[in-house]
Amino acid sequence: MSLSEEQVTQIAYLARLTLSDAELKDNTKDLNAILGLAEQLGAIETDDIEPMAHPLHMTQRLRADVVTEQDHSDLFQSIAPKTGNKHYLVPTVIE
Amino acid sequence: MSIHTQTIAQLAQGLKDKEFSSVELTQHYLKRIQQSDLNAFITVTDELAMAQAQAADEKIAKGAGSILTGIPYAHKDIFCTQGVKTSAGSKMLDNFIAPYDATVSHQLNQADTVMLGKVNMDEFAMGSSNENSFYGAVKNPWNTDKIPGGSSGGSAAAVAGGLSCFATGTDTGGSIRQPASLCGITGLKPTYGRVSRYGMIAYASSLDQAGPMTKTAEDAAIVLNAMAGFDEKDSTSAEQAVPDYTANLNDSVKGLTIGLPKEFFSEGLDDEVATQVMNAVKEFEAMGATVKEISLPNSAYAIPTYYIVAPCECSSNLSRLDGVRYGYRCDNPKDLEDLYLRSRSEGFGAEVKRRIMIGAYALSAGYYDAYYLKAQKTRHLISEDFKKAFNEVDVIMGPVSPTTAFDLGSVKDPVSMYLADIYTLSANLAGLPGMSIPAGFSNKLPVGLQLIGNYWSESKLLNIAHQFQLQTNWHQQMPQEN
Repeated sequence: MSLSEEQVTQIAYLARLTLSDAELKDNTKDLNAILGLAEQLGAIETDDIEPMAHPLHMTQRLRADVVTEQDHSDLFQSIAPKTGNKHYLVPTVIE
Repeated sequence: MSIHTQTIAQLAQGLKDKEFSSVELTQHYLKRIQQSDLNAFITVTDELAMAQAQAADEKIAKGAGSILTGIPYAHKDIFCTQGVKTSAGSKMLDNFIAPYDATVSHQLNQADTVMLGKVNMDEFAMGSSNENSFYGAVKNPWNTDKIPGGSSGGSAAAVAGGLSCFATGTDTGGSIRQPASLCGITGLKPTYGRVSRYGMIAYASSLDQAGPMTKTAEDAAIVLNAMAGFDEKDSTSAEQAVPDYTANLNDSVKGLTIGLPKEFFSEGLDDEVATQVMNAVKEFEAMGATVKEISLPNSAYAIPTYYIVAPCECSSNLSRLDGVRYGYRCDNPKDLEDLYLRSRSEGFGAEVKRRIMIGAYALSAGYYDAYYLKAQKTRHLISEDFKKAFNEVDVIMGPVSPTTAFDLGSVKDPVSMYLADIYTLSANLAGLPGMSIPAGFSNKLPVGLQLIGNYWSESKLLNIAHQFQLQTNWHQQMPQEN
């Protein structure tokens, strides 16, 4: 199967990206080439194989339910594009 | 002997014997960085470096400190450094002053090292040539028309070009080993979970691992001693005791069984690279090791598996870069969606966008089983191949990269670039430690030998590499300077 430019536009939107006409053309070609590479995996029999999400078979650690982090909000907000009253500001969503 | 050709072990002795001070050492390196045209550094932290050098000298004068006290290094710009720009090679983070230290940064500070600056890299560590950096490509010190490799290209060029004594790197699919190979230095990717990922900007979280890039295996052992260890701030950090990685360097390799995967020597491998790699293997045979042909039957599938798994993880990890809390924000967004769309589209480079889109597609409803789940299953098969191999052999050897460094700008299509990662990807998919050590030259460009070991066998790999470096002088070669 092969992705159309329309589908690539939709994938870009899912990832919150926009593409110029030239980028759309290039990405359609490149994404199809990369997915073509992925098609090779179809040749392997994997019905009874467990998926491997993580290289080490470890269980997630638990820790005591106590506060370990201090409040760093001033520091963290000092590098934000726009803040006000301790909030991160974005364009108005609801009038 | 010039100061910048010396190893950590040699410099530490020089500092102790008062042949030079850390301030003098640091000034020497800062001058070389200033005169360099390799584009290895994104940020030079000269004031901080001088302050750290001064503090180190005071400590040395009191007879205190460690072997790393006062040693200058280059830090990959993927590690957060409090108060210092941490860009990950991206326009997206060009204005990002990290509000905290990565655990690795903290550990190196604790060891009294001197940070010369933050080094160049492919954007968000996505690339094999360092050409994907917002700050421009890095040049290979051996031939400035060539790529240094990637993504830790700035780190490799800094060490090979005598701009720092050692460097940090990260390796998601070969990003320590491949640039180490192409620049003729020693690079170690430890077992997944050995070094903390806290504060190391994530690309693909189940594959990313940090490690040292150095002149010698002995230096790599010294730096790994400082970097390795359990970190409660990283939920995937391993609760595994840290040995002294320098303790077994002098063990004999007599009786070592080396596995050569036949799949690593098939078509696509440059003849001259193959010859240099086999000469290195013969060197080990002369030292009393035996060689056995093995098979990693699924290794050809490492490329499609990696280029599904890694983009899926990156599309998720990079979703947090949205122009709201930190990083790049577009000018005059007309609404929230415009802010997201334009901040991301203007902030990310072409390769990052490509991988985000592949990941978004492979994880989307209706395609998840065909791509992501399938790739996770083949990842399991690749890992099983190694398990079987390590029942028969102690270490696996082969090439790092199919060719030596290629010309800047010569590989234009992404798939051709991905295919060159064939020998490095599988160690990341399995989570195994791997190294690249200098093993010869082809057309005046360095060739690396790859070592892959079993889980937690870093000591063994460093021992094997050190024994090779006692017998050869490839690691002592330095590029000629104009």
